[in-house]
Amino acid sequence: MSLLGLRRMRAGYDARSVLHDIDLDVEAGQIQVVLGANGAGKTTLLRAISGTIARQGEILFDGRRIDQLSARKIVAAGIGHVPQGRGTFADLTVDENIRLGAYLRTATEARQDRERWLSFFPRLRERLPQQAGSLSGGEQQMLAITRALMLRPRLLLLDEPSLGLAPIITQGLFRTLAAIREETGMTMLIVEQSANLALEVADSGVVLESGQIVLRDSARNLAGNDEVRRIYLGYE
Amino acid sequence: MTLFASQIVDGLADGAIYASLALALVFSYRSTGIVNFAQGEMAMLSAYLVWQLMAWGLPLIPAALVSIAVSFVAGALLYASIVRPLSHASLLTVVSVLIGLYLALNSLAGFIWTYTIKPLPSLFPKGHFRLGWFNISAETAGIIIVVAVVLLLLYLLFETTKIGLAMRGAASTPDSAVLVGVSVPLMLLIGWGIAAALGALSGILVAPRVFLNPTMMFGVIIYAFAAATLGGFDSIVGAVVGGLLVGVVENLVGTYIPWIGPDLKIIVALVLIFGTLLIKPDGLFGRSKVVRL
Repeated sequence: MSLLGLRRMRAGYDARSVLHDIDLDVEAGQIQVVLGANGAGKTTLLRAISGTIARQGEILFDGRRIDQLSARKIVAAGIGHVPQGRGTFADLTVDENIRLGAYLRTATEARQDRERWLSFFPRLRERLPQQAGSLSGGEQQMLAITRALMLRPRLLLLDEPSLGLAPIITQGLFRTLAAIREETGMTMLIVEQSANLALEVADSGVVLESGQIVLRDSARNLAGNDEVRRIYLGYE
Repeated sequence: MTLFASQIVDGLADGAIYASLALALVFSYRSTGIVNFAQGEMAMLSAYLVWQLMAWGLPLIPAALVSIAVSFVAGALLYASIVRPLSHASLLTVVSVLIGLYLALNSLAGFIWTYTIKPLPSLFPKGHFRLGWFNISAETAGIIIVVAVVLLLLYLLFETTKIGLAMRGAASTPDSAVLVGVSVPLMLLIGWGIAAALGALSGILVAPRVFLNPTMMFGVIIYAFAAATLGGFDSIVGAVVGGLLVGVVENLVGTYIPWIGPDLKIIVALVLIFGTLLIKPDGLFGRSKVVRL
């Protein structure tokens, strides 16, 4: 059963359209990865789903139309978005960032979940009183993910979590995401430019080119696909 | 020594008033990046409102509280009706509109209440008391205590409540605040409301010292600008420290440098503004904006 369904979705910025008639299904409990070069429309795709930009067409979440909802209502419906560049509250402490992630939830729920997610990211526990802006890139990414998890989302959108991180850090991050999916069954849609690490943890994937989906397959097949290997995985 | 000490304490009381108006400026600036040039005139109207409510028979303190509450609503309305619709306009447009509002409010006060000065009673009893070396008037002590209590309440709001945290988040990174479910426009609305309420407090505290008249905030707003510039326009602590420093320096200079005296005191504020901008443009507590590419 698909948790998220896009039907002929179009989106863009002002007069410039970026995405053309996207059809996409994300199955519940799966990790799906969206591959594509710079400018293919990956970030636009996530922003359209989370309602932070204007979009047309149908977006179904758990069988319910959400394409007319505001970004805030979509968050409340259970879609967490970790934006590109992490978007942590740099002036606030790590602890405050995490608390703000639970803005829509009760204090008791927030306390329980905080412990749970910090056990996945123990590094953050040591950094709780520190200003978020002073964290390293990897720690900021962990914080951005933890903040989104505090919503207890049913679908987590991740925009290039590997951006600016060393490969070893990225690898650890993807393993943690896989572990979270394992334990909670959370559905994830991950946009990535560095494809190999993402495909290792994903179940399926699509390739986006100039605002259109040109290829969709299981993660295993995509990792073995010659063209994907040549363009996105850097093999000749 | 006694004169020096009493100048310091009087300076702190003046400074507390500047600090509350400077805080109002900092609040709207931090949340929306806009300096509300009409903040002083709004405070003047708030003080007139107290006078009007008293003329209608309300006692002073309830009148002051009602005026502060009405000012909160007026600040929120200003944001909703003018600032938010102009949020995508150029900064110059917004500044022009707010300067226009400044003139309009000033004329409005003259139109309704005339330009004849009116007395507004002080919130505090007359008389002095001794505290060690200091001979302090009840009003001076009262002003310092009231502003201190308001600061404490603000601190508790921002540091201990969920809505305070959401307001800080919305001011710091609005795009991310949306993604955790915070209504950014609502937070900015509350921020502008609080700013107007703080401005009202400064107007109500200063009116008994300068008499109620449509131009009563002209000097105070300059000192508040000096305080906010000195402390750093994006810093709440800076506005408070800046306000107190400006108040004390203004009083000492007015007393000890004879050729300046009370008439030229306003120069002190302007020198502080220029000096800060030349030497430390972000102010004592402000953070320089670093744009990451």
